Amino acid sequence: MENTHRLRIVIAKPGLDGHDRGAKVVARALRDAGMEVIYTGLHQTPEDVVEVAIQEDANAIGLSILSGAHNYLVGRVMEILKEKDAMEISVFCGGIIPDEDIKGLLDMGLIGVFGPGTPLTEIVDFVRSNVKSVGV
Amino acid sequence: MKPKKTLSNIEVPAYVESFETELTPPGEYPFKRGVYSNMYRGRLWTMRQYSGFSTAKDTNNRFHMLLDKGQTGLSVAFDLPTQMGIDSDDPFAMGEVGKVGVAIDTIEDMKILFDEIDLSKVSTSMTINAPAMTLLAMYIVAGEENGVDPSMLKGTIQNDILKEYIARGTYIYPPKPSMRLITDIFEYCANHLPKFNTISISGYHIREAGSTAVQELAFTLANAREYVRAALSKGLDIDNFGKRISFFFNAHNDFFEEISKYRAARNMWSKMMKDEFGAKDAKSMMLRFHTQTAGSTLTAQQPDNNIVRVTLQALAAVLGGTQSLHTNSYDEALALPTEKSVSIALRTQQIIAHESGVPNSADPLGGSHYVEWLTSELETKAWELIKEIEEIGVIEAISRGVIQTKIHNSAYEHERLVEKKERILVGVNEFIENETEIPELLRVSDLIIKNQIEFLKSVKNKRDDTEVERILEEIGRIAKTEENLFPMVIDAIRARATLGEINAALKEVFGAYKPTFTL
Repeated sequence: MENTHRLRIVIAKPGLDGHDRGAKVVARALRDAGMEVIYTGLHQTPEDVVEVAIQEDANAIGLSILSGAHNYLVGRVMEILKEKDAMEISVFCGGIIPDEDIKGLLDMGLIGVFGPGTPLTEIVDFVRSNVKSVGV
Repeated sequence: MKPKKTLSNIEVPAYVESFETELTPPGEYPFKRGVYSNMYRGRLWTMRQYSGFSTAKDTNNRFHMLLDKGQTGLSVAFDLPTQMGIDSDDPFAMGEVGKVGVAIDTIEDMKILFDEIDLSKVSTSMTINAPAMTLLAMYIVAGEENGVDPSMLKGTIQNDILKEYIARGTYIYPPKPSMRLITDIFEYCANHLPKFNTISISGYHIREAGSTAVQELAFTLANAREYVRAALSKGLDIDNFGKRISFFFNAHNDFFEEISKYRAARNMWSKMMKDEFGAKDAKSMMLRFHTQTAGSTLTAQQPDNNIVRVTLQALAAVLGGTQSLHTNSYDEALALPTEKSVSIALRTQQIIAHESGVPNSADPLGGSHYVEWLTSELETKAWELIKEIEEIGVIEAISRGVIQTKIHNSAYEHERLVEKKERILVGVNEFIENETEIPELLRVSDLIIKNQIEFLKSVKNKRDDTEVERILEEIGRIAKTEENLFPMVIDAIRARATLGEINAALKEVFGAYKPTFTL
């Protein structure tokens, strides 16, 4: 049995937003930190995102949303995870998220929300200490 | 001591002792010093704030507010469903309606958007790409139904699909039919909308995606060359469509590098148009451009500081000879701008225009050893990169993700430098304050979607569905030929076909673009 299981993270762009600079930079930072990273590409439905995460055996999903549609899209992703009985997959989110929305998103079950200017090391450390690798 | 470099990694000497260069006056080929002889003495740049949110009615109010405050042109931000060619009632539009721009489904929305605005007087820029033909058709019909002839309409449509594949993400169809739609627009507008810029070839989003200034310059001009070739192979005359090509650049943080970038761009374009494509009309050789300050440099931390960043960036754009300018608002790393923040952004331009004295003389930095040297460095490096891309072919390089990877590498490099504090961002990695005051932010209600869908339904209820169906079938038929699609799309708009319906008819023939995503 492997006990040095590498974390598997899906970085996803749900919705119509085309800004993926942040998503790709975070994906690369996580990969450079030794994690397995799958980037979904643009224009994914919440259903697509969950599907990829389940198929890829992901430990976590990182959503990137800069279009202001975060409340709806995060809500949908969480609902579908529940429907698919895949709540063991952690979800975090980054983008243009007003402070007043963060609490609501955490209440939906997100483990973290990262705004503009968050250092990459902070995100990497957060994922390392908060995402559980299955089977350990 | 570490060498000093520009943001594009050009190593800068302690001072440039002297730099010999040939300079012609502004308004003369190759237009390095500016496209007009009297530049801002004749007319200031157009102050054009990109704006749009919620419904057409809310955005129309914002337009009137900006015009009342002395803005001189309009610039429409459409919401993502509109930019992706889908209606507000499409399931994929959920959560996105009216969020990053205004929701437009039919001509009735477009007419409300420009209510009480004289389309024969104002110039309007529309950031619309994949469905550009449909939105321009709506603008034409909005004019028509208010008694304004298309020949009077002034403005710009972005209509630059290549940078969507590269950096911005609102693509629909594959490259070939997308290029055909673009050249159909070139052809139609040359004959019917002579005052309209039919494309705005954009480096802005390439830069926002993380490129350097050199990459912004190179990829923008490489794309431009691709559009010119497409138009020529359709049989259009270079001096017929060439005059209506415009550009859109970023104004980033490295002050002199940005000024030099605009000068280099003019120099390169005029030579490309004259020497390579044989343009004869000087107007076809002039690189006219819009500038927006760099959204990606705005910080969520200590947001008031953004006012200073924007001022410096805007000043660089003016010193570089821009034809129009959008200044970002200080709160845009947090949300869409409020009335207060957008007023400060507009006032910033007005202070530069009317108080600083900068517009009094054209290209005031021309002949500076440093600026001329840097202009030449940027030009040389951009040509090298263009050559590299040309060897693969622009569209092939996009399809393989070659250009995207180069940009992404620069974006990642920037982040690494910021993490190591080799690049200082005030308030982000240095001079940090723990308590930041959050300004009051603009919120777009999730309730507007209900009204928008009801309005769409009411427009559909009042129209002749049989006629709409007939026209949509015609669009499908013409899409399979080489005939110009524009007249039939205008007919569809007149008949109250929706954006989503027209897009669906085209997509059935053209298919959807399937990108490759690289990390």
